[in-house]
Amino acid sequence: MPVLPAEFADLEPFADWAIPTERARYAKRLSSTMEQLQTFYDAAFARLESGASYLERFEMGNLPEDAKHLLWLFCSLVTVSFPVEVWHQPRVPDSGASAFDAVVEPAT
Amino acid sequence: MPHFTKPPEGSWTEHYGLGTGPISYEDSISPDHYELERDAIFRRTWLNVGRVEQLPRKGSYFTRELDAARTSVVVVRDSDDEVRAFYNICRHRGNKLVWNDYPGEETSGVCRQFTCKYHGWRYGLDGELTFVQQEPEFFELDKSDYGLVPVRAEVWEGFVFVNLDADAVPLREFLGEFGEGLAGYPFQEMTQVHRYRAEVRSNWKLFIDAFAEFYHAPVLHAKQSVSDESRKLQEYGFEALAYQIDGPHGMVSSWGGMAPPKDLNMVKPIERVLRSGLFGPWDPPDVGIDELPPALNPARNPAWGLDSFLFFPNFMLLVWKPNWYLTYHYWPTSYHTHIFEGTVYFVPPRNARERIAQELAVVTFKEYALQDGNTLEATQAMLESRVVTEFPLNDQEVLLRHLHKVARSYVEDFLKQRPASPVPVHAVS
Repeated sequence: MPVLPAEFADLEPFADWAIPTERARYAKRLSSTMEQLQTFYDAAFARLESGASYLERFEMGNLPEDAKHLLWLFCSLVTVSFPVEVWHQPRVPDSGASAFDAVVEPAT
Repeated sequence: MPHFTKPPEGSWTEHYGLGTGPISYEDSISPDHYELERDAIFRRTWLNVGRVEQLPRKGSYFTRELDAARTSVVVVRDSDDEVRAFYNICRHRGNKLVWNDYPGEETSGVCRQFTCKYHGWRYGLDGELTFVQQEPEFFELDKSDYGLVPVRAEVWEGFVFVNLDADAVPLREFLGEFGEGLAGYPFQEMTQVHRYRAEVRSNWKLFIDAFAEFYHAPVLHAKQSVSDESRKLQEYGFEALAYQIDGPHGMVSSWGGMAPPKDLNMVKPIERVLRSGLFGPWDPPDVGIDELPPALNPARNPAWGLDSFLFFPNFMLLVWKPNWYLTYHYWPTSYHTHIFEGTVYFVPPRNARERIAQELAVVTFKEYALQDGNTLEATQAMLESRVVTEFPLNDQEVLLRHLHKVARSYVEDFLKQRPASPVPVHAVS
Protein backbone atom coordinates (compact mmCIF):
# COMPACT_ATOMS: atom_id res chain seq x y z
CA MET A 1 0.00 0.00 0.00
CA PRO A 2 1.59 3.30 -1.02
CA VAL A 3 1.59 5.91 1.75
CA LEU A 4 2.84 8.95 -0.18
CA PRO A 5 0.98 11.11 -2.74
CA ALA A 6 1.10 9.57 -6.24
CA GLU A 7 3.35 12.41 -7.51
CA PHE A 8 6.01 11.20 -5.07
CA ALA A 9 5.79 7.47 -5.85
CA ASP A 10 9.57 7.49 -6.51
CA LEU A 11 10.10 8.09 -2.76
CA GLU A 12 7.93 5.11 -1.78
CA PRO A 13 11.04 2.89 -1.17
CA PHE A 14 11.92 5.37 1.60
CA ALA A 15 8.47 5.34 3.21
CA ASP A 16 10.06 3.94 6.39
CA TRP A 17 11.42 7.47 6.90
CA ALA A 18 7.88 8.89 7.12
CA ILE A 19 8.09 8.98 10.93
CA PRO A 20 5.73 11.20 12.96
CA THR A 21 8.05 12.28 15.80
CA GLU A 22 11.46 13.95 15.92
CA ARG A 23 12.58 11.63 18.66
CA ALA A 24 11.95 8.56 16.49
CA ARG A 25 13.44 10.23 13.40
CA TYR A 26 16.62 10.94 15.35
CA ALA A 27 16.74 7.36 16.67
CA LYS A 28 16.53 6.02 13.11
CA ARG A 29 19.34 8.36 12.06
CA LEU A 30 21.57 7.05 14.86
CA SER A 31 20.86 3.42 13.97
CA SER A 32 21.59 3.93 10.26
CA THR A 33 24.91 3.72 8.41
CA MET A 34 26.27 6.75 6.55
CA GLU A 35 25.63 4.87 3.30
CA GLN A 36 21.94 4.46 4.18
CA LEU A 37 21.67 8.10 5.22
CA GLN A 38 23.35 9.27 2.01
CA THR A 39 21.05 7.14 -0.16
CA PHE A 40 17.94 8.51 1.52
CA TYR A 41 19.30 12.07 1.43
CA ASP A 42 20.12 11.90 -2.28
CA ALA A 43 16.68 10.62 -3.20
CA ALA A 44 14.71 12.94 -0.92
CA PHE A 45 16.78 16.09 -1.42
CA ALA A 46 16.22 15.85 -5.17
CA ARG A 47 12.46 16.07 -4.50
CA LEU A 48 12.57 18.64 -1.69
CA GLU A 49 11.77 21.70 -3.78
CA SER A 50 8.79 20.10 -5.50
CA GLY A 51 7.74 18.43 -2.25
CA ALA A 52 7.82 21.70 -0.32
CA SER A 53 5.76 23.38 -3.06
CA TYR A 54 3.27 20.51 -2.95
CA LEU A 55 2.97 20.79 0.85
CA GLU A 56 2.53 24.55 0.70
CA ARG A 57 -1.01 23.94 -0.59
CA PHE A 58 -2.13 22.29 2.65
CA GLU A 59 -3.11 23.98 5.87
CA MET A 60 -1.70 22.18 8.88
CA GLY A 61 -5.04 21.32 10.44
CA ASN A 62 -6.29 19.85 7.21
CA LEU A 63 -3.57 17.51 5.93
CA PRO A 64 -4.60 14.38 4.00
CA GLU A 65 -2.88 11.21 5.25
CA ASP A 66 -0.56 10.94 2.22
CA ALA A 67 0.55 14.58 2.56
CA LYS A 68 1.15 13.99 6.27
CA HIS A 69 3.50 11.11 5.39
CA LEU A 70 5.29 13.29 2.87
CA LEU A 71 5.71 16.00 5.52
CA TRP A 72 7.17 13.47 7.96
CA LEU A 73 9.53 12.13 5.29
CA PHE A 74 10.88 15.63 4.65
CA CYS A 75 11.19 16.21 8.39
CA SER A 76 13.40 13.10 8.36
CA LEU A 77 15.39 14.65 5.54
CA VAL A 78 16.00 17.61 7.84
CA THR A 79 17.25 15.24 10.55
CA VAL A 80 19.48 13.39 8.10
CA SER A 81 20.84 16.55 6.45
CA PHE A 82 23.20 17.15 9.39
CA PRO A 83 25.17 13.90 9.13
CA VAL A 84 25.24 14.16 5.34
CA GLU A 85 25.91 17.87 4.82
CA VAL A 86 27.98 18.60 7.91
CA TRP A 87 29.15 15.84 10.24
CA HIS A 88 30.01 12.93 7.92
CA GLN A 89 28.84 10.63 10.72
CA PRO A 90 25.39 9.87 12.19
CA ARG A 91 26.10 11.38 15.63
CA VAL A 92 26.90 14.98 16.41
CA PRO A 93 30.71 14.93 16.89
CA ASP A 94 31.93 15.13 20.49
CA SER A 95 28.38 14.68 21.74
CA GLY A 96 29.43 11.47 23.53
CA ALA A 97 26.59 9.95 25.48
CA SER A 98 24.62 13.18 25.78
CA ALA A 99 20.99 13.08 24.77
CA PHE A 100 18.63 15.90 24.09
CA ASP A 101 15.15 14.52 23.89
CA ALA A 102 12.02 16.06 22.47
CA VAL A 103 9.40 16.06 25.23
CA VAL A 104 6.84 18.33 23.56
CA GLU A 105 6.26 18.37 19.81
CA PRO A 106 3.46 19.70 17.61
CA ALA A 107 0.81 17.09 16.87
CA THR A 108 1.87 16.85 13.22
CA MET B 1 39.84 47.33 16.72
CA PRO B 2 36.24 46.61 17.76
CA HIS B 3 33.63 46.35 15.02
CA PHE B 4 30.90 47.58 17.32
CA THR B 5 31.05 50.52 19.72
CA LYS B 6 31.95 49.78 23.32
CA PRO B 7 31.19 52.01 26.32
CA PRO B 8 33.52 54.98 27.04
CA GLU B 9 35.41 53.00 29.71
CA GLY B 10 36.76 50.88 26.84
CA SER B 11 35.03 47.65 27.84
CA TRP B 12 31.65 46.35 28.92
CA THR B 13 33.23 44.68 31.93
CA GLU B 14 34.68 47.92 33.29
CA HIS B 15 31.54 49.84 32.36
CA TYR B 16 29.55 47.59 34.67
CA GLY B 17 32.23 47.68 37.38
CA LEU B 18 32.71 43.94 37.52
CA GLY B 19 36.50 43.85 37.90
CA THR B 20 38.80 42.43 35.28
CA GLY B 21 40.79 39.86 37.25
CA PRO B 22 40.59 36.10 36.79
CA ILE B 23 37.64 34.38 38.51
CA SER B 24 37.22 31.27 40.61
CA TYR B 25 34.77 28.54 39.71
CA GLU B 26 34.67 27.16 43.24
CA ASP B 27 30.98 28.17 43.30
CA SER B 28 30.34 25.54 40.61
CA ILE B 29 32.24 22.63 42.11
CA SER B 30 31.52 22.83 45.82
CA PRO B 31 28.69 20.64 47.19
CA ASP B 32 28.48 22.87 50.31
CA HIS B 33 28.11 26.00 48.23
CA TYR B 34 25.33 24.38 46.23
CA GLU B 35 23.42 23.52 49.43
CA LEU B 36 23.54 27.22 50.32
CA GLU B 37 22.42 28.26 46.83
CA ARG B 38 19.30 26.12 47.20
CA ASP B 39 18.07 28.24 50.11
CA ALA B 40 19.68 31.53 49.20
CA ILE B 41 18.67 31.55 45.53
CA PHE B 42 16.09 28.95 44.57
CA ARG B 43 13.85 29.44 47.61
CA ARG B 44 13.99 33.24 47.35
CA THR B 45 13.73 34.29 43.71
CA TRP B 46 10.98 34.27 41.12
CA LEU B 47 11.22 31.04 39.10
CA ASN B 48 9.56 30.75 35.72
CA VAL B 49 7.64 27.47 35.72
CA GLY B 50 5.74 27.74 32.45
CA ARG B 51 3.39 29.70 30.20
CA VAL B 52 -0.32 30.49 30.48
CA GLU B 53 -0.92 28.45 27.30
CA GLN B 54 -0.18 25.37 29.45
CA LEU B 55 -3.27 26.31 31.46
CA PRO B 56 -5.82 26.75 28.66
CA ARG B 57 -9.00 26.46 30.76
CA LYS B 58 -10.44 26.42 34.24
CA GLY B 59 -9.04 23.43 36.08
CA SER B 60 -5.97 23.08 33.83
CA TYR B 61 -2.93 22.32 35.97
CA PHE B 62 0.69 21.21 35.82
CA THR B 63 3.21 20.21 38.45
CA ARG B 64 6.80 21.36 38.71
CA GLU B 65 9.52 19.49 40.54
CA LEU B 66 11.74 22.16 42.08
CA ASP B 67 14.49 19.91 43.38
CA ALA B 68 16.85 22.83 44.00
CA ALA B 69 14.17 24.52 46.11
CA ARG B 70 13.48 21.22 47.89
CA THR B 71 9.84 21.05 46.86
CA SER B 72 7.17 20.32 44.26
CA VAL B 73 4.43 22.76 43.28
CA VAL B 74 1.14 22.44 41.46
CA VAL B 75 0.09 25.37 39.27
CA VAL B 76 -3.58 25.67 38.32
CA ARG B 77 -6.07 27.97 36.62
CA ASP B 78 -8.91 28.28 39.13
CA SER B 79 -12.62 28.81 38.49
CA ASP B 80 -12.13 32.60 38.44
CA ASP B 81 -9.42 32.21 35.75
CA GLU B 82 -6.74 33.17 38.24
CA VAL B 83 -3.41 31.35 38.07
CA ARG B 84 -2.59 29.95 41.48
CA ALA B 85 0.14 27.72 42.88
CA PHE B 86 0.28 25.42 45.87
CA TYR B 87 2.85 23.23 47.50
CA ASN B 88 2.13 19.77 46.12
CA ILE B 89 1.43 18.19 49.50
CA CYS B 90 -1.73 16.74 51.06
CA ARG B 91 -2.54 18.26 54.45
CA HIS B 92 -3.51 14.91 55.94
CA ARG B 93 -0.28 12.94 56.15
CA GLY B 94 2.02 14.63 53.68
CA ASN B 95 1.55 12.54 50.56
CA LYS B 96 2.45 14.26 47.31
CA LEU B 97 -0.95 15.37 46.09
CA VAL B 98 -0.68 15.41 42.28
CA TRP B 99 1.42 12.84 40.42
CA ASN B 100 1.05 9.89 38.06
CA ASP B 101 2.85 6.55 38.20
CA TYR B 102 6.22 8.02 39.25
CA PRO B 103 6.16 10.42 42.21
CA GLY B 104 9.25 12.28 40.93
CA GLU B 105 7.88 13.00 37.45
CA GLU B 106 5.99 16.09 36.43
CA THR B 107 2.43 15.80 35.19
CA SER B 108 -0.37 17.95 33.79
CA GLY B 109 -4.06 17.74 33.03
CA VAL B 110 -7.48 19.19 33.74
CA CYS B 111 -9.58 18.53 36.83
CA ARG B 112 -12.45 19.95 38.87
CA GLN B 113 -10.70 19.25 42.16
CA PHE B 114 -7.52 17.62 43.44
CA THR B 115 -7.97 14.25 45.11
CA CYS B 116 -5.22 12.66 47.16
CA LYS B 117 -4.46 9.10 46.08
CA TYR B 118 -3.83 8.01 49.64
CA HIS B 119 -7.02 8.64 51.65
CA GLY B 120 -9.16 10.52 49.17
CA TRP B 121 -8.99 14.01 50.67
CA ARG B 122 -10.21 16.54 48.11
CA TYR B 123 -9.27 20.15 47.50
CA GLY B 124 -10.93 22.77 45.33
CA LEU B 125 -9.03 24.66 42.63
CA ASP B 126 -8.72 27.50 45.15
CA GLY B 127 -6.93 25.14 47.55
CA GLU B 128 -9.81 24.77 50.05
CA LEU B 129 -10.17 21.35 51.64
CA THR B 130 -13.64 20.21 50.51
CA PHE B 131 -13.86 16.56 51.49
CA VAL B 132 -12.40 14.37 54.19
CA GLN B 133 -12.93 10.62 54.03
CA GLN B 134 -14.74 9.44 57.22
CA GLU B 135 -14.65 12.94 58.59
CA PRO B 136 -16.42 12.05 61.92
CA GLU B 137 -13.43 9.82 62.81
CA PHE B 138 -11.27 12.94 63.20
CA PHE B 139 -11.11 15.07 66.33
CA GLU B 140 -12.53 18.58 66.00
CA LEU B 141 -11.17 18.88 62.49
CA ASP B 142 -12.07 22.21 60.93
CA LYS B 143 -11.63 21.82 57.17
CA SER B 144 -10.98 25.53 56.76
CA ASP B 145 -7.73 25.04 58.70
CA TYR B 146 -6.44 22.44 56.24
CA GLY B 147 -6.44 24.00 52.81
CA LEU B 148 -3.46 23.54 50.49
CA VAL B 149 -0.45 25.67 51.36
CA PRO B 150 -0.29 28.49 48.80
CA VAL B 151 2.83 29.48 46.89
CA ARG B 152 3.08 32.97 45.42
CA ALA B 153 2.34 32.85 41.70
CA GLU B 154 2.39 35.84 39.34
CA VAL B 155 2.19 36.18 35.58
CA TRP B 156 4.26 38.47 33.36
CA GLU B 157 3.50 38.57 29.62
CA GLY B 158 2.02 35.08 29.82
CA PHE B 159 5.00 33.61 31.71
CA VAL B 160 4.00 32.02 35.01
CA PHE B 161 6.42 32.47 37.90
CA VAL B 162 6.39 31.17 41.47
CA ASN B 163 8.31 32.34 44.50
CA LEU B 164 8.65 30.39 47.75
CA ASP B 165 9.60 33.51 49.66
CA ALA B 166 6.56 35.26 51.13
CA ASP B 167 8.62 38.45 51.59
CA ALA B 168 9.95 38.71 48.03
CA VAL B 169 9.27 41.85 45.98
CA PRO B 170 6.46 41.55 43.39
CA LEU B 171 7.39 39.79 40.14
CA ARG B 172 7.33 42.90 37.93
CA GLU B 173 9.62 44.75 40.29
CA PHE B 174 11.98 41.77 40.32
CA LEU B 175 12.06 41.56 36.51
CA GLY B 176 13.06 45.23 36.41
CA GLU B 177 13.86 47.17 33.25
CA PHE B 178 14.08 44.14 30.98
CA GLY B 179 10.68 42.93 32.07
CA GLU B 180 9.20 46.37 31.50
CA GLY B 181 11.01 46.87 28.20
CA LEU B 182 9.84 43.54 26.76
CA ALA B 183 6.18 44.10 27.61
CA GLY B 184 4.00 44.06 24.53
CA TYR B 185 6.10 41.59 22.55
CA PRO B 186 3.56 39.20 20.93
CA PHE B 187 4.56 36.09 22.89
CA GLN B 188 0.89 35.04 22.85
CA GLU B 189 0.99 34.62 19.04
CA MET B 190 3.81 32.07 19.28
CA THR B 191 2.05 28.96 20.45
CA GLN B 192 3.69 26.27 18.28
CA VAL B 193 5.90 24.59 20.88
CA HIS B 194 8.87 22.22 20.60
CA ARG B 195 10.46 21.36 23.94
CA TYR B 196 13.68 19.44 24.54
CA ARG B 197 15.03 18.16 27.81
CA ALA B 198 18.48 16.93 28.77
CA GLU B 199 20.15 15.76 31.91
CA VAL B 200 23.44 17.62 31.92
CA ARG B 201 26.40 16.61 34.04
CA SER B 202 27.51 20.07 35.08
CA ASN B 203 26.69 22.77 37.57
CA TRP B 204 23.68 24.81 36.42
CA LYS B 205 25.69 28.01 36.10
CA LEU B 206 28.15 26.44 33.67
CA PHE B 207 25.44 25.84 31.07
CA ILE B 208 24.17 29.37 31.53
CA ASP B 209 27.76 30.50 30.95
CA ALA B 210 27.80 28.54 27.70
CA PHE B 211 24.70 30.34 26.43
CA ALA B 212 25.60 33.74 27.89
CA GLU B 213 28.58 34.19 25.59
CA PHE B 214 28.86 33.68 21.84
CA TYR B 215 32.67 33.87 21.91
CA HIS B 216 32.61 30.05 21.58
CA ALA B 217 30.32 29.94 18.57
CA PRO B 218 32.80 30.38 15.70
CA VAL B 219 35.05 27.66 17.21
CA LEU B 220 32.90 25.01 18.87
CA HIS B 221 30.27 25.16 16.14
CA ALA B 222 32.75 25.67 13.28
CA LYS B 223 31.63 22.59 11.39
CA GLN B 224 28.01 23.71 11.31
CA SER B 225 28.78 26.27 8.65
CA VAL B 226 30.07 25.52 5.17
CA SER B 227 33.86 25.66 5.31
CA ASP B 228 34.51 29.08 3.70
CA GLU B 229 31.95 30.63 5.96
CA SER B 230 33.38 28.84 8.97
CA ARG B 231 36.88 30.19 8.24
CA LYS B 232 35.52 33.71 7.89
CA LEU B 233 33.60 33.45 11.16
CA GLN B 234 36.69 32.27 13.04
CA GLU B 235 38.87 35.08 11.70
CA TYR B 236 36.19 37.59 12.57
CA GLY B 237 35.47 36.14 16.02
CA PHE B 238 32.42 37.29 17.93
CA GLU B 239 31.50 40.72 19.18
CA ALA B 240 28.11 41.58 20.61
CA LEU B 241 26.18 44.68 19.60
CA ALA B 242 25.55 45.44 23.26
CA TYR B 243 25.51 44.03 26.77
CA GLN B 244 23.17 45.32 29.44
CA ILE B 245 22.91 44.57 33.13
CA ASP B 246 19.99 45.43 35.39
CA GLY B 247 20.17 44.23 38.98
CA PRO B 248 20.69 40.44 38.96
CA HIS B 249 19.67 40.16 35.29
CA GLY B 250 21.72 40.55 32.13
CA MET B 251 21.31 40.56 28.37
CA VAL B 252 23.40 40.28 25.22
CA SER B 253 22.33 41.70 21.89
CA SER B 254 23.78 40.07 18.79
CA TRP B 255 23.93 40.60 15.05
CA GLY B 256 22.43 37.88 12.91
CA GLY B 257 23.00 38.15 9.23
CA MET B 258 21.88 34.61 8.44
CA ALA B 259 18.12 34.94 8.11
CA PRO B 260 18.39 35.31 5.17
CA PRO B 261 22.16 35.26 4.53
CA LYS B 262 23.71 37.88 2.25
CA ASP B 263 25.15 35.15 0.07
CA LEU B 264 23.31 31.83 -0.35
CA ASN B 265 26.64 30.01 -0.67
CA MET B 266 27.25 30.78 3.00
CA VAL B 267 24.65 28.26 4.12
CA LYS B 268 24.01 24.55 3.79
CA PRO B 269 22.07 23.15 0.81
CA ILE B 270 18.94 22.27 2.79
CA GLU B 271 18.82 25.78 4.24
CA ARG B 272 18.80 27.26 0.74
CA VAL B 273 15.77 25.20 -0.27
CA LEU B 274 13.80 25.53 2.97
CA ARG B 275 14.84 29.15 3.65
CA SER B 276 15.50 28.45 7.32
CA GLY B 277 18.32 27.67 9.72
CA LEU B 278 19.77 28.49 13.13
CA PHE B 279 18.37 32.02 13.09
CA GLY B 280 14.92 30.71 12.24
CA PRO B 281 12.77 30.67 9.11
CA TRP B 282 13.89 33.53 6.84
CA ASP B 283 10.38 34.66 5.96
CA PRO B 284 8.99 35.99 9.24
CA PRO B 285 5.29 35.55 10.00
CA ASP B 286 3.13 38.60 10.60
CA VAL B 287 2.76 39.15 14.33
CA GLY B 288 0.85 42.40 14.15
CA ILE B 289 3.43 44.81 15.56
CA ASP B 290 5.08 47.71 13.76
CA GLU B 291 7.77 48.38 16.28
CA LEU B 292 9.76 46.20 18.64
CA PRO B 293 9.39 46.87 22.37
CA PRO B 294 12.23 49.10 23.66
CA ALA B 295 14.25 46.36 25.40
CA LEU B 296 14.94 44.65 22.05
CA ASN B 297 17.90 45.67 19.88
CA PRO B 298 19.05 48.28 22.43
CA ALA B 299 21.88 49.41 20.15
CA ARG B 300 19.29 50.07 17.39
CA ASN B 301 21.65 48.34 14.99
CA PRO B 302 20.22 47.35 11.59
CA ALA B 303 22.34 44.17 11.67
CA TRP B 304 20.44 43.01 14.79
CA GLY B 305 19.59 39.30 14.89
CA LEU B 306 18.69 38.27 18.43
CA ASP B 307 18.68 39.28 22.06
CA SER B 308 19.28 36.86 24.89
CA PHE B 309 18.02 37.84 28.35
CA LEU B 310 19.02 36.02 31.51
CA PHE B 311 16.45 36.55 34.21
CA PHE B 312 18.25 35.46 37.35
CA PRO B 313 18.59 32.77 38.38
CA ASN B 314 17.74 30.23 35.70
CA PHE B 315 15.42 31.58 32.99
CA MET B 316 16.86 32.63 29.66
CA LEU B 317 14.68 34.22 26.99
CA LEU B 318 15.98 34.61 23.43
CA VAL B 319 14.02 36.76 21.02
CA TRP B 320 14.98 36.32 17.34
CA LYS B 321 14.48 38.87 14.63
CA PRO B 322 12.29 36.63 12.40
CA ASN B 323 9.47 36.65 15.01
CA TRP B 324 10.07 33.62 17.17
CA TYR B 325 11.54 33.00 20.59
CA LEU B 326 13.33 30.39 22.65
CA THR B 327 13.48 29.77 26.37
CA TYR B 328 16.14 27.94 28.35
CA HIS B 329 15.67 26.71 31.91
CA TYR B 330 18.38 25.20 34.07
CA TRP B 331 17.02 23.18 37.01
CA PRO B 332 19.78 22.04 39.38
CA THR B 333 19.59 18.52 40.77
CA SER B 334 22.97 18.53 42.55
CA TYR B 335 26.12 20.65 42.58
CA HIS B 336 27.27 18.98 39.37
CA THR B 337 24.08 17.97 37.58
CA HIS B 338 21.04 19.78 36.27
CA ILE B 339 18.10 19.36 33.96
CA PHE B 340 18.17 21.61 30.94
CA GLU B 341 15.01 22.51 29.08
CA GLY B 342 15.08 24.29 25.73
CA THR B 343 11.74 25.35 24.28
CA VAL B 344 11.16 26.82 20.85
CA TYR B 345 8.05 28.94 20.23
CA PHE B 346 6.86 29.76 16.71
CA VAL B 347 3.75 31.31 15.25
CA PRO B 348 1.79 28.19 14.17
CA PRO B 349 2.74 27.34 10.57
CA ARG B 350 0.13 28.33 8.00
CA ASN B 351 0.91 25.35 5.81
CA ALA B 352 3.00 22.18 5.73
CA ARG B 353 5.92 23.87 3.96
CA GLU B 354 6.30 26.32 6.83
CA ARG B 355 6.16 23.35 9.20
CA ILE B 356 9.30 21.86 7.57
CA ALA B 357 11.09 25.23 7.68
CA GLN B 358 10.37 25.37 11.42
CA GLU B 359 11.56 21.78 11.82
CA LEU B 360 14.91 22.78 10.30
CA ALA B 361 15.32 25.66 12.78
CA VAL B 362 14.42 23.39 15.72
CA VAL B 363 16.70 20.55 14.70
CA THR B 364 19.57 22.98 14.08
CA PHE B 365 19.10 24.31 17.60
CA LYS B 366 19.19 20.73 18.89
CA GLU B 367 22.44 19.90 17.04
CA TYR B 368 24.10 22.98 18.53
CA ALA B 369 22.83 22.21 22.03
CA LEU B 370 24.18 18.67 21.83
CA GLN B 371 27.63 20.07 21.14
CA ASP B 372 27.31 22.58 23.97
CA GLY B 373 26.01 20.05 26.50
CA ASN B 374 28.78 17.56 26.12
CA THR B 375 31.50 20.20 26.37
CA LEU B 376 30.13 21.00 29.82
CA GLU B 377 30.61 17.53 31.20
CA ALA B 378 34.25 17.83 30.20
CA THR B 379 34.52 21.28 31.81
CA GLN B 380 32.88 20.21 35.08
CA ALA B 381 35.17 17.20 35.46
CA MET B 382 38.33 19.24 34.98
CA LEU B 383 37.20 22.13 37.19
CA GLU B 384 36.61 19.59 39.94
CA SER B 385 40.23 18.45 39.64
CA ARG B 386 41.16 21.92 41.02
CA VAL B 387 44.44 21.77 39.10
CA VAL B 388 43.68 25.31 38.00
CA THR B 389 41.60 27.54 40.24
CA GLU B 390 41.49 30.92 38.52
CA PHE B 391 40.34 31.63 35.01
CA PRO B 392 40.61 34.75 32.84
CA LEU B 393 37.38 36.01 31.30
CA ASN B 394 37.32 38.35 28.32
CA ASP B 395 35.00 41.26 27.65
CA GLN B 396 32.61 39.11 25.58
CA GLU B 397 32.20 36.97 28.72
CA VAL B 398 30.96 39.87 30.83
CA LEU B 399 27.62 38.20 31.58
CA LEU B 400 29.42 35.16 33.07
CA ARG B 401 31.36 37.40 35.40
CA HIS B 402 28.11 39.06 36.41
CA LEU B 403 26.14 35.82 36.90
CA HIS B 404 28.71 34.25 39.23
CA LYS B 405 29.07 37.49 41.15
CA VAL B 406 25.30 37.79 41.64
CA ALA B 407 24.94 34.13 42.61
CA ARG B 408 27.74 34.48 45.17
CA SER B 409 26.24 37.68 46.57
CA TYR B 410 22.87 35.96 47.14
CA VAL B 411 24.67 33.31 49.18
CA GLU B 412 26.68 35.91 51.11
CA ASP B 413 23.55 37.92 51.93
CA PHE B 414 21.76 34.77 53.02
CA LEU B 415 24.62 33.82 55.34
CA LYS B 416 24.59 37.29 56.86
CA GLN B 417 20.84 37.18 57.49
CA ARG B 418 20.43 33.72 58.90
CA PRO B 419 21.06 33.05 62.59
CA ALA B 420 24.52 31.64 63.23
CA SER B 421 24.26 27.89 63.40
CA PRO B 422 26.86 25.17 63.10
CA VAL B 423 24.47 22.85 61.23
CA PRO B 424 22.79 23.40 57.86
CA VAL B 425 19.37 24.98 58.38
CA HIS B 426 17.46 22.04 56.98
CA ALA B 427 19.40 19.25 58.63
CA VAL B 428 17.35 19.43 61.81
CA SER B 429 13.97 20.68 60.64
